[in-house]
Amino acid sequence: MSNYILYGITVALLVISYFKDKKKTKMSLKKAWKAFENILPEFLVVILLVGVLLAVSNPKAIGEVIGSNSGWLGVMFAAVVGSVTLIPGFVAFPTAAMLLQNGAGYMQIGAFVSTLMMVGIVTMPVEIKYFGKKLTILRNILAFIFSFLVAYIIGLVVGGI
Amino acid sequence: MKAILKRYRVFLVVAVMLGILVLVNNQLGFKALNIAAYSFKEMLLVIPPVFILLGLLDVWVPKETMIKYMGDNSGIKGIVLSILIGSAAAGPLYGAFPVAAVFMKKGVKFSNILIFIGAWSTTKIPMFLFEMTALGTKFAFTRLAVDIPGIIIIAFVLSKLLSKKEIKEIYQSAELINK
Repeated sequence: MSNYILYGITVALLVISYFKDKKKTKMSLKKAWKAFENILPEFLVVILLVGVLLAVSNPKAIGEVIGSNSGWLGVMFAAVVGSVTLIPGFVAFPTAAMLLQNGAGYMQIGAFVSTLMMVGIVTMPVEIKYFGKKLTILRNILAFIFSFLVAYIIGLVVGGI
Repeated sequence: MKAILKRYRVFLVVAVMLGILVLVNNQLGFKALNIAAYSFKEMLLVIPPVFILLGLLDVWVPKETMIKYMGDNSGIKGIVLSILIGSAAAGPLYGAFPVAAVFMKKGVKFSNILIFIGAWSTTKIPMFLFEMTALGTKFAFTRLAVDIPGIIIIAFVLSKLLSKKEIKEIYQSAELINK
């Protein structure tokens, strides 16, 4: 659904741009392609690594380790697992829901979802290319620590603490 | 040809390793290939509009406009805009970095770029709806309420942790990257 909106806006803007200035439109498409081609090698590596990681991981076993009685140790484990893997949201949320059904606690799922979306070890090469090593490492560390706060507050509000 | 081979060498190494995995453990290898193909399809679906919008932004929006709304003196307006643009985005986090590079070229404030990255990573609106249905309204709203101040604070802490010189270097490399 959101994809359609995104495509709709893009096509509309492209059409307006084309009628206003053909040359500029061509130039922007060229820039779009260049920006894409520039990052394509890293994209492809990330995609393959994510494939391998997801293939070897086992949702059921993970669900047992991060059970609702697992406490901060479970939160830690969930945060680490979330940091390594990078799953798009539309897979991540159903996976998280499945983990909940398998006995995972809300706090632990909070840490898992948070690091899943904010911390990406596998995507680091892409990030370093644009932001440099120092910022990339610092950003990921801060986001990792922040995920514990998210877990704590979710534990307070939703349940678990 | 040689340049292309050099750029894609890591990809080739990983691909060969995946090939070996398929030979050693058929089932696991094909499962990995399947998921990779799925992600690839997802990328092809979401990424083109993001990059076309990036190209249009680069060509049509003048630097002065971007500086006015998101530059060094944009204040709260810049913060709110960064969150909104990041939240309206689609696609995985690594799609945000090329957009951030264009923002840097256009003179967007460093902390606003970091807020944009934070919003893209975690407060995306389409994903929020998904989260609500999968994990419950209470879970999704709590996370959002913690995340919004969180990404702003992380952005400011990060801009303080880097020296002016380091930030300038990141901006300079962004100029070169999409050339």
